[in-house]
Amino acid sequence: MSATAVDGTTVAGAPVPGGAAAPGTGGGRTPRWTRGRIALLALAVLLAVAWLLPLAWAVATSLKPASETTKTTLEWVGSTITFEAYGEVWASGDLARWMVNSAYIAVMTTLLTVTTCAMAAYGFARTEFRGRRVLYGLVLAGIMVPPQVLIAPLFAEMVRLRLVDTYWGVILPQVAVPAMVFILVKFFEGVPRELEEAAFCDGAGRWRVFWQIVLPLSRPVLAAVAIFTFISTWNNFLWPFLVTTDPAGMTLPVGLVNVQSTYGVRYAQVMASLVIAGLPLLVVFAIFQRQIVRGVAHTGLAGQ
Amino acid sequence: MTTTSAVPPAAPAAGARAGTTGSVRSVRHKWTEHGLLFTAPFLIVYALFLVWPLLYGIKMSLGDDNIAGTESEFVGLDNYAEALTDPNVWSSLWNTLWFTALSTVPLVVLGLVLALLAHELRVVQWLWRLSWFAPFLLPSGVVCLLWLWMIYPSDFGLADLLLGAAGLDPDIGWLSDTRYAMLSIVLTTVWWTVGFNFLLYLAGLQSIPQHLYEAAEIDGAGPWHRLWHITLPSLRRTTFVVLVLQLLASLKIFDQVYIMTGGGPDESTRPILQYVYQAGFTGYRIGYASAVSYVFFALIVVVSLVQLRLSRRASEESDR
Repeated sequence: MSATAVDGTTVAGAPVPGGAAAPGTGGGRTPRWTRGRIALLALAVLLAVAWLLPLAWAVATSLKPASETTKTTLEWVGSTITFEAYGEVWASGDLARWMVNSAYIAVMTTLLTVTTCAMAAYGFARTEFRGRRVLYGLVLAGIMVPPQVLIAPLFAEMVRLRLVDTYWGVILPQVAVPAMVFILVKFFEGVPRELEEAAFCDGAGRWRVFWQIVLPLSRPVLAAVAIFTFISTWNNFLWPFLVTTDPAGMTLPVGLVNVQSTYGVRYAQVMASLVIAGLPLLVVFAIFQRQIVRGVAHTGLAGQ
Repeated sequence: MTTTSAVPPAAPAAGARAGTTGSVRSVRHKWTEHGLLFTAPFLIVYALFLVWPLLYGIKMSLGDDNIAGTESEFVGLDNYAEALTDPNVWSSLWNTLWFTALSTVPLVVLGLVLALLAHELRVVQWLWRLSWFAPFLLPSGVVCLLWLWMIYPSDFGLADLLLGAAGLDPDIGWLSDTRYAMLSIVLTTVWWTVGFNFLLYLAGLQSIPQHLYEAAEIDGAGPWHRLWHITLPSLRRTTFVVLVLQLLASLKIFDQVYIMTGGGPDESTRPILQYVYQAGFTGYRIGYASAVSYVFFALIVVVSLVQLRLSRRASEESDR
């Protein structure tokens, strides 16, 4: 088998059970517009509008002058369009700080998760050492443990380690994700051994083979794991909410909920803060739509 | 590549053992090298932040620990006995199961319907992905506060304005009436997370071999026939995965309730995780909170084991 066999540019080429074709790529010609298809289109458009309505309402309200946001008649556009609310929310400074915290925590968690899980998966898939099977079984059993049931002992542990209100206190408990190891083991088991053997015969060591041969072949599955980890860390609420009490160290989702009471009924400002908080991932999504859709679908399916 | 480059720059320790080269023996030897080194970083983090808290939690649940970390006394199974007779545990477990039942059905069915629509239409895929999947990328705080402000204010919230415009009575206690509060949370959750199931189904649809449809077309099968006899049967595995993931996700409900109702009205929406939070973090009884966590954990394990059993049986059947 040659390198190109596994060096597919899509995760679809990955030898993973249930690894499906990239969603959203359509494929084939568009059939003719029969009456039935037009009815389906109408239904789809209706549902799409229903789904976009809340987002549109948030944007519309955030652009209204403050005095017009509590009108009791349905109006999408106020007398003028103003960015006042955005200015006020941003000037308070907290949102920018939380965004930086969230970005730092999500990037670090993703880097650590991908690195440790990929190394571990390679160790379990391609090396022999005493206790390998037992340890791998122990890791697989961890898939059944939802982090949410550990909040009480984990918090007590964090108090002892003095990690409450630190970045590491938020990051470390999110790094060891057994499901990601499982996904990567499945992938590495499908990489042809001949490739590695050839490199060994050329005198390459374990680490060199891992970094220069196996990892480059695994780019699509690594991207899928990274995307999934980044999204779930960026959006995680429960753990960062428990382990941070100082507003300066909060992540975006936690800070946002924490600060709501201070906005009171300043409706335009509430909506402006939500738009600012929701925007970063939506912009990323707009740019990397295909990769994100593929990564999420792949990780979701392969995790089982 | 020459043998002199055999010492990998990344691992000085590797150089010493990778010294023997050339023979088949050494190639085999290389397969077995460094296994523990590769797995160690993960295993250390895993042991510290998953295995240890899991074991320490058991110890905590057998004591009267409080959050301040003062010396605790061993109380045996008292916490578990209390948990199993605590009406708050039972009511919040019931709320959790009720939310799971109410949310799983629409999330799975609607996910399938949306995927079928997008797959069948084949046009403007970006629009379907944007409208149905994009909400999944929003943090729970953004989603819940947006919905809170859309449905809660009875005079200027979008929901009541739309109902009023349609000539209906807009005065619904979306979050304050025990009849509607849980439904409002289900509605918010469906809007937020159906996109994930939509994507999984879309992936499932695209992996159905095209030749099945071509054969059916030659036989003159209509669109309904293709849906019932090819598409839906081919999606059985996907449905199983979607269903299991959805059940496990719904059982872990916390954010939406905490942000939108705080568990009210009358504790009618409070899920088990919120009760754990209240017992341990606002009530300071972290030992008792651990015991309640493990009762909940037992429920999750049962669901996971049933799932494993079923999927194993399914794969045995398909092997036959």
